[in-house]
Amino acid sequence: MTVGVVSFLRGQAWIWSFLATAAVWMATIIFTGGVGGGQILTAALSFAIFTVIVGIGQMFVITTGPGNVDLSIPATMALSGAVTTKLMDTQNELIALGVLVALGIGICVGVFNYLLIRLLRIPPIIATLSASFLVQSTAIAYGRGLRIKPPPALADFTTAQIAGVPVLALCGLAFTAIMGLVLARTMYGRSVLAVGQNMRAAWLAGINVERTRLMTYMLSAMLAGLSGLLLSGFSGGSSLNMGEEYLLASIAVVVIGGTSVAGGRANVPGIWGAALFLYLLVTMLNTFGASAGLRLILSGLIIITVITLAGGGERKR
Amino acid sequence: MFHGHLNARMLRSALPALSLAVLLAAIFYTQPRAMSYFGLNLMLQYAVPIALATLAQMFVITVNDLDLSIGPFVGLVACIGATYLHDAPALGLFMLAGCIGLYALMGALIHLRNLPSIVVTLGMSFVWLGIAVLVLPTPGGKAPEYLKALMSLQVPLVPFPIVAAVVIALVVQAALMHSSYGVVLRGAGGNPKAVARAGWSMLRAKMIMFGLAGVFGVLSGLSLIGLTTSGDAHIADRYTLYSIAGAILGGAEFVGGRVSPVGAVLGALTLTLAGSFLIFLRVSPDWQIGAQGAILILVLALRALISRGEAR
Repeated sequence: MTVGVVSFLRGQAWIWSFLATAAVWMATIIFTGGVGGGQILTAALSFAIFTVIVGIGQMFVITTGPGNVDLSIPATMALSGAVTTKLMDTQNELIALGVLVALGIGICVGVFNYLLIRLLRIPPIIATLSASFLVQSTAIAYGRGLRIKPPPALADFTTAQIAGVPVLALCGLAFTAIMGLVLARTMYGRSVLAVGQNMRAAWLAGINVERTRLMTYMLSAMLAGLSGLLLSGFSGGSSLNMGEEYLLASIAVVVIGGTSVAGGRANVPGIWGAALFLYLLVTMLNTFGASAGLRLILSGLIIITVITLAGGGERKR
Repeated sequence: MFHGHLNARMLRSALPALSLAVLLAAIFYTQPRAMSYFGLNLMLQYAVPIALATLAQMFVITVNDLDLSIGPFVGLVACIGATYLHDAPALGLFMLAGCIGLYALMGALIHLRNLPSIVVTLGMSFVWLGIAVLVLPTPGGKAPEYLKALMSLQVPLVPFPIVAAVVIALVVQAALMHSSYGVVLRGAGGNPKAVARAGWSMLRAKMIMFGLAGVFGVLSGLSLIGLTTSGDAHIADRYTLYSIAGAILGGAEFVGGRVSPVGAVLGALTLTLAGSFLIFLRVSPDWQIGAQGAILILVLALRALISRGEAR
């Protein structure tokens, strides 16, 4: 029985990200002498949820095959935050409209990304990077550095907690479960996996490869837009550089979480483990009193180490 | 569009030079006073560090990888240059050599563990920035005199940045495009399996290309502080984007080891001048990044059109 459990767990790539998370959390707690363990977890859940949302979008993109990656996530978050906070103008009645606009911005960016890839026949890295220049500029020109407060109801929702568990994290958990089902059980999810494993075979099997890719880039950008809206609610307003850290984070959580960078194999629970790990890592370094420079060096090195251990190995091309 | 006697392949390799010529013509049209020794010198001041960073990026692109850490790396070199290289030259040189070694090791890690280069280099960008902050916590320091003297060199007739760009482009062009090992290095991007089967070490090729990227990153950082005379950890944050954009404008393709050193330098010059042009046109600084993105997309669209003509 126990042997069965162990061998089952060993087969799950996501287990490593949770083990790493637990190790980092323990190290922090031991250092503080057992103080604040609960608060640290609450904070980790509150912050990790944004990484989880964009990470899931990035995971679908990366799963569609080698070379597929969305570098326009930070710019999309900034644009969505800037546009929706200005639009909602601190009024609760306009939140629904704000959500629609955030998703709409995502759809536009996603379609634009896909068209660049398809029409110019350039690698997604370059297409999404070029698109992100335009999106970022639009955000700068539109936002003009103004910091508008989010509607109170949105701020309350994004910061609410039930017994120390952030409401947003619970919603995120439900959302993750849904996306896991989408990936494993729906026509679209199966198509994403099939395209990622072998694009030509998927095409021969009658899968609409191009529509799958279009939908995946739209999904990623829509989640980035939604995340931009929620993050500006959470942090009391949008800022132009609020998406910056999610460029590395969104890719890192996918790889650390056990999704194959070669595509065709996704890991949904791993996103959570990896997002919590990234946040707790910074917390641990802060608790240890590391200077800003040392913190940067260590987080860079640890991310590379974990990726070296977790990912890679197989031939990607 | 491209039927008749026009050779699509030639047209594509002429595209970087054509874009630069069009941009120059537009600049001279809107601001005739820029058409002088002094005007060009001023507009192209930062062309040398940007061209060197672009070449660094091009080496990485040659082996089908992308370097998202070159900006912070140039910043780190600037910090070392403005502190240790000025105060303790031997230690400074040793540190710079160490940086180049780390770059080569980064290439080895990416190859051996088959990791996505964007993740590894993004992670390393934190490491470079962290070291830079430790070396020089606040902007300042002093660039060595010889770097300042070199970068403010007055050459008769032709402005120094142009002379430097031509020399750099020709040297790299000769080494990478016209030497026998250069062919192997490009082949490592074009058809890794074939190169490996022919008995060449792919590991060595990757390490050499990343090492060269490190060398040119160091040169970029040193030439940069020769101009600014002091250092800052964030001085070159934008160079990551500049270098990628410059390499693309210069005709680099992201698979297959198809690159062009002369093109990359032309791309870097185009990018540097595009900034001045937008200022002449009174385009709001808000749109600077966006305009660069638009130029990129435009050039890529032109190239796609030409390739379509080539395929016919």
